[in-house]
Amino acid sequence: MIALTVNGRKKSFRGAPFTRLIDVLREEFRLTGTKEGCGEGECGACTVLLDGEPVNSCLIPACSVDGRKVETVESLGTPEKLSRLQTSFLECGGAQCGICTPGMLMSAHSHLKAGGKTDDESIRTALAGNLCRCTGYQDIVRSVVKASKKAVSKKK
Amino acid sequence: MTVLSPRSASEAVRALAKNAGALPLAGGTDLMVGWNMGVLNGRVVIDLSRVSEWKKITVTKSSVRIGSLITHTQIQKHSVVRTRFPLLVQACSVVGAAQIQNRGTLGGNVANASPAGDTFPALSVYEAVVHCVGPDGRRAVSIHEIFAGVKKTTLRSGELIEAIELPFPAKPPTRSTFRKVGTRAAQSISKTMFAGLLWLKKDGTVADARLSFGSLAPTVKRLRSAERFLAGRRLDAAAAAAAAALLTDDVSPIDDIRSTRVYRLEVSRNLLVQFLEGRPR
Repeated sequence: MIALTVNGRKKSFRGAPFTRLIDVLREEFRLTGTKEGCGEGECGACTVLLDGEPVNSCLIPACSVDGRKVETVESLGTPEKLSRLQTSFLECGGAQCGICTPGMLMSAHSHLKAGGKTDDESIRTALAGNLCRCTGYQDIVRSVVKASKKAVSKKK
Repeated sequence: MTVLSPRSASEAVRALAKNAGALPLAGGTDLMVGWNMGVLNGRVVIDLSRVSEWKKITVTKSSVRIGSLITHTQIQKHSVVRTRFPLLVQACSVVGAAQIQNRGTLGGNVANASPAGDTFPALSVYEAVVHCVGPDGRRAVSIHEIFAGVKKTTLRSGELIEAIELPFPAKPPTRSTFRKVGTRAAQSISKTMFAGLLWLKKDGTVADARLSFGSLAPTVKRLRSAERFLAGRRLDAAAAAAAAALLTDDVSPIDDIRSTRVYRLEVSRNLLVQFLEGRPR
């Protein structure tokens, strides 16, 4: 049995040890916010946080997350109460078809939470493992910059 | 698929000895691609994620010893590695992107032996030593002896990599560089990669040069011929051009899906000349 914490809740998984983390999340735990893109670690659509760090959940077998902490896009906000970052994505047009969005949000969330720099270039580097085929990235970067400014102003 | 989960280094070695042909799983960033494609069905996997002995970076007077399960991200954050082995840090920062750097390990990168392994030119110019452990005990292998070809190593049956050791150079180099050339900045598989270390004497002549290219051939290549040519010479444009002309003494670039021999040769020579002439990037 594999025991892990998902979005703050203790969970266990008894299936095959090489089940991919993305399948455990979507099919066992019914957390379908995480999307699968390429299935080979190139596109970042399936990004979740493992002990706070962004990882591709399509490349992680269940056996290697025993005792670890996983955060998915469901941990950010709810449709009724979006997180600051999610609101910025809406306001700036950072989401179009939506497939890359959960991964973009998790990479950006991890970057901002870790106190990463909020200039365009640092944000682009933080999001370099997340591919988007709709927006052309400009609006995604703007969304993250906007969220970071709100974060700073709120602190003040 | 059978998964074995050893809880220590010695258990891992025993597990591999009992299961010839089993696949060691470190970060899984390459192995899982094969699993997702269905080419690993029925194989035995040894999951190394609980082997804590191999997750340490140890600094001694003469070297830094990087445990094989240390990730590319952990290497970038280590203060001594950052100061003393900056080319390895730069190489780790261009492996895939954050998601891959957070999972992929240095030992896994070496054991995987991709011709395009991004850390290899840096490991080559730093004269890295690969520490292996197997049923017959421990063995230290030079980075230049560990690769046998595309995705092939000289690891013996039952051997695992426990650490990669980087000896401190006697003096800091006068000049150093790492360059990766691919189709885009992130998530690209390299067409050519260059790592160079250069020590100049007070009179401006070359005391020592270490030059290494990756992605050009099945394994990483040191430019021994160009290095010998440069020793003792003054670094002017003619010497740089002559050294670049010697590149093909040591490496014969290949045509493949990512690039052509002609392109690789031209760009690699340019990278080398730019470095030797001390021109900014």
